[in-house]
Amino acid sequence: MNTTETLAIPIPEQLDPPAVTGKVDLDLTTVGDFTVPDPRMKIRDVNVFYGQKQAIYDVNLDIGSNAVVAMIGPSGCGKTTLLRCLNRMNDTIDGCRVEGQVEMDGKNVYGRKMDPVLLRARVGMVFQKPNPFPKSIFDNVAYGPRIHGLVRDRTDLEEVVHTSLERAGLLDEVKDRLDQPGTGLSGGQQQRLCIARAIAVSPEVILMDEPCSALDPIATARIEELIGELRKNFSIAIVTHSMQQAARVSQRTAYFHLGYLVEVGSTKDIFTTPKHQLTEEYITGRFG
Amino acid sequence: MSPLVLIFLLLALSSAAYFFSQRRMLRQTRNANVARLNSLPEHFGTLGAIWAGAPALLVYFVWLIFEGDILMAQVLAMLPDPESMAATRELLIGDIRNAINNPMSYQMASEEVRMAADRYHELSQTATLALTATCLSVFAICSALVLKFLTPRVRARVRVEKIIRGFLLLCSTLAIFTTVGIVLSVLFEASRFFQAVSVTEFLFGLEWSPQMAIREDQVGSSGAFGAVPLFAGTLLISFIAMLVAAPIGLMSAIYLSEYAPAKVRTAVKPMLEILAGVPTVVYGFFAAITVGPALRGFGQSVGLDVASESALAAGFVMGVMIIPFVSSISDDVITAVPQAMRDGSLGMGATNSETMRRVILPAALPGIIGGLLLAISRAIGETMIVVMAAGLSANLTANPLEAVTTVTVQIVTLLVGDQEFDSPKTLAAFALGLALFFITLVLNFIALYVVRKYREQYE
Amino acid sequence: MNPTKQIVSGLARRQRAEKRFRLYGLIAVVLGMAFLLLLFGSIVTNGYKAFTQTYIELPIYFDPAVIDPSGERNHQTLFSADYWKLVKTAVYQKFPQVNGRKERRELTRMISEGSAYELRDQVLENPRLIGTTQHVWLAADDDIDMLMKGYIDRNLPEDERRLNDRIIGYVDSMREADAIERRFNTTFFAAGDSREPEQAGILGALMGSFLTLIVTLLLSFPIGVAAAVYLEEFAPRNHFIDLIEININNLAAVPSIIFGLLGLAIFINWFGMPRSTPVVGGLVLGLMTLPTIIIASRVSIQSVPPSIKEAALGVGASRMQAMFHHVLPIATPGMLTGTIIGMARALGETAPLLMIGMVAFIVDPPGGFTEPATALPVQIFLWSDSPERGFTERTSAAILVLLAFLIAMNAAAVYLREKVTKRF
Ligand SMILES: Nc1ncnc2c1ncn2[C@@H]1O[C@H](COP(=O)(O)OP(=O)(O)OP(=O)(O)O)[C@@H](O)[C@H]1O
Ligand SMILES: [Mg+2]
Repeated sequence: MNTTETLAIPIPEQLDPPAVTGKVDLDLTTVGDFTVPDPRMKIRDVNVFYGQKQAIYDVNLDIGSNAVVAMIGPSGCGKTTLLRCLNRMNDTIDGCRVEGQVEMDGKNVYGRKMDPVLLRARVGMVFQKPNPFPKSIFDNVAYGPRIHGLVRDRTDLEEVVHTSLERAGLLDEVKDRLDQPGTGLSGGQQQRLCIARAIAVSPEVILMDEPCSALDPIATARIEELIGELRKNFSIAIVTHSMQQAARVSQRTAYFHLGYLVEVGSTKDIFTTPKHQLTEEYITGRFG
Repeated sequence: MSPLVLIFLLLALSSAAYFFSQRRMLRQTRNANVARLNSLPEHFGTLGAIWAGAPALLVYFVWLIFEGDILMAQVLAMLPDPESMAATRELLIGDIRNAINNPMSYQMASEEVRMAADRYHELSQTATLALTATCLSVFAICSALVLKFLTPRVRARVRVEKIIRGFLLLCSTLAIFTTVGIVLSVLFEASRFFQAVSVTEFLFGLEWSPQMAIREDQVGSSGAFGAVPLFAGTLLISFIAMLVAAPIGLMSAIYLSEYAPAKVRTAVKPMLEILAGVPTVVYGFFAAITVGPALRGFGQSVGLDVASESALAAGFVMGVMIIPFVSSISDDVITAVPQAMRDGSLGMGATNSETMRRVILPAALPGIIGGLLLAISRAIGETMIVVMAAGLSANLTANPLEAVTTVTVQIVTLLVGDQEFDSPKTLAAFALGLALFFITLVLNFIALYVVRKYREQYE
Repeated sequence: MNPTKQIVSGLARRQRAEKRFRLYGLIAVVLGMAFLLLLFGSIVTNGYKAFTQTYIELPIYFDPAVIDPSGERNHQTLFSADYWKLVKTAVYQKFPQVNGRKERRELTRMISEGSAYELRDQVLENPRLIGTTQHVWLAADDDIDMLMKGYIDRNLPEDERRLNDRIIGYVDSMREADAIERRFNTTFFAAGDSREPEQAGILGALMGSFLTLIVTLLLSFPIGVAAAVYLEEFAPRNHFIDLIEININNLAAVPSIIFGLLGLAIFINWFGMPRSTPVVGGLVLGLMTLPTIIIASRVSIQSVPPSIKEAALGVGASRMQAMFHHVLPIATPGMLTGTIIGMARALGETAPLLMIGMVAFIVDPPGGFTEPATALPVQIFLWSDSPERGFTERTSAAILVLLAFLIAMNAAAVYLREKVTKRF
């Protein structure tokens, strides 16, 4: 593995965070300021239940414009659950119930006037495992523009597909096999294809759920680079298990524990001077 | 002693051999430690029982299989003038058999036949005696061998398990024998048919009227045997059935798996499955008594001439029968598409129906097509509905309001009632059976292949 | 243009398409349910009345001069006496005003011809009846039965209905005298087939089905389980085993009528087994059910946790012992479920039985495996062909009985399956 040595980015460790159970008697109210001056989305007092089981407790958090917020925390602490609240993907799960407010540009996401179709077009999502459709690369990217009627003709469509692939950094690799199935790409390429698919409808917010967990370091690096690019035009919320990744790509970081938002603040502060004991344990456990 | 008593006797003797061998092994090893035996005493018992009893049982069954034919041959040889008694040897044998099995037929049979039947009875009594003697002596000899060779050093467990394994394998191969039996039986009779009627006439002839004899004595041309109208009728009815079953089955599977609340799903699914469990003869009755007349009445009220045994009625009811089949296969296939595909599409802002039509269905298409092929093969092979609700006359038409006939209907009409295995009329049924078997085999093969490939794709 | 605006502009149309698609699905489900209701509704409405039958009360004088002139009570004499004459005399007496050959013929036709056998059986059982007068309820003819059940429209012109005004008059007068009524139809459950609807019953067919299913079960269950055990546990991976598996899967989809052809050509023509008998029917259905049972048993064996087998092997059991002592007992309920479902299918199967001649008109219930018989679904098929309204009704009733059996069997299967799934 010589290639990894040439990378400027240190290799993220794929260790599990240390066990922090037994500390539930600690105060779990949020430390730090969860608001931002120019919020794109606001989460207020959100509780999420799966049937009887509660997965999220009283979470407040803002997603800022043209910024990346990273969500970290041990496995099962509710990061995915919270992320899926933001574009109502939880609606598709039987028995999942959301209480509290989620706002986008001042409008309640769970209000009766909100159409989840429109919401999801504006709040795109990239999943943990790359999930290209069993269609051609072109059709994968063209899927969103087609269903939403964003293009008038084939030329428009081709342009959208090309720009999206370009911005996802995939165009050079696939431009002469756009008609090949998207499932035939490598894992990293597939994930970038999914990102291209998501940005093809020009969403305002992009939610990424561990987008690099199935990828090797090179592919990870490319996607991180891509996130840096995308930040200029989109607001991004990313869930990650890699502390380094959070540090590299995000401006703000939120640390979750057992369904509570324990600490939130600028990424620099969180990683250098964590205020909450749990945050510190999690981060130091990571860095040894 | 009747053969039935004999078999129970043999089984009882074998059980005795079991206990005897088991005890004997325990006795012989009383001094040695039982735990040091290479097998459990039961294994020795079983082995003893098998060695002692199996050969006799084998003799018994082989004997019974051939006894009838041998005795009949002897009876026939004894008859002074068999040729004069019936048209063919088969018919004569049939007459005698009837006289033997059925007291009524015996009373009505001719003098010679009665004599033959009496003779058969005598012979069979002697034969049973001989069989008893043979079986018992075989058992005795084998028991002696058990005494001599079944020693504690025999690895009884391994041997017993080998024998059981052989038996299990034999049972598994029955599937092959069944297929071979089907192929041989239809091929054999069909080949006799094709000696009288050419293959091309059968496959491409447009006229089907097996009942009409042109001349009394003319063997081999008792009618016309062009099967095209039957194939066309079968296709027409299957097509109508699929027109009903495919959309309803597919859409209800989609509705139940994607839209219906869990409660509705758990209530409706078993109800649809009831439709699948209703015997086809019930559907046939439904088609003939309710749907056929209703369609005819409706046709009259709008000025259409609907035959009372129209292809439409049969096809429609067959479609209803196939709905649950299509819907359960579609359901399997649709739920096999990973949730990630749904999430991907919904996450882009697609509606449920867009997700279904543009992502799930295309992904599930091979599986659905495989399922539909299986459904078509069912429709083609379905018998009772068409026998009861479709016509008998072979019309070559594409009009669903007219009566058509199908391959299965003709097989049934040709074979129910008097069978003459030397006339093309009866043999034609086997030629049709061959065609039916071949077509459904090919369809099943393709369907199973497609479905399997599809499953592998997502596993 | 702003993409959000563009999306919003198409939203209404897309939501309509969504609603429409959903509606199609709902319609499909509703149609499926409607067909089910229609099917059951039509059969129940056609058939429920067949569980009753019209009986007419007659004062029968068991005339010694007719039954046993010699007075010896000889069985043969009693057996072959002319009991119909007793019925005739009784009817004439009941309607003394009716004269004339034709009218009197009409009168006697109101009583089922089978009544003579009914009287005969009563006398044979109790010869002391001879010389007495008894009020006996005798089955009415099927036309009278249909009138009583309201299937004959009295408002039709006389020459268009099956019963003329005179006969309807007789019936009405008897009804006023409470001498005619509908009672539970025991004949339907206690008799074999008959040409007369009011004498026809399903006992013979039920017996035939029962005997056939026993043969089916004896053939397919042990062999199916054995094959499943072999294929799951002992089969090596080679082409021969692949061939077996392909065969099993294909046989499961071969049309049932083909199995009938197999039975006809092999069992009847080649082995010379007797036609129309439960043993041949059972063999054919057994071969047909075999793949179902093999497949279900294999699934059932697969669902036993491997840890159980490993535990047995770990304490030194042979593979055979682990299989038979530990895995099979756990897999048994699942296998039984599959077997019951296979048996239910075999019970409803008709086409192969037609091929092997189980369609004959057979009056007496079969007494053994090698006696000519029919089966319940075949009986349904036979009756459905008869033009009489009485048979239409009995066909539906027989279907109801068949469905009751099937539902009971499937319920048992579901119950077994539930019990098993709960344990793991
Ligand atoms: N569909 C579901 N039904 C019931 N409970 C669920 C469901 N999905 C998640 N949960 C529960 O909700 C809690 C939060 O799960 P979530 O997937 O949000 O965690 P996560 O932080 O994303 O974990 P990971 O880092 O492992 O992805 C967990 O305890 C999980 O068991
Ligand atoms: Mg997660």
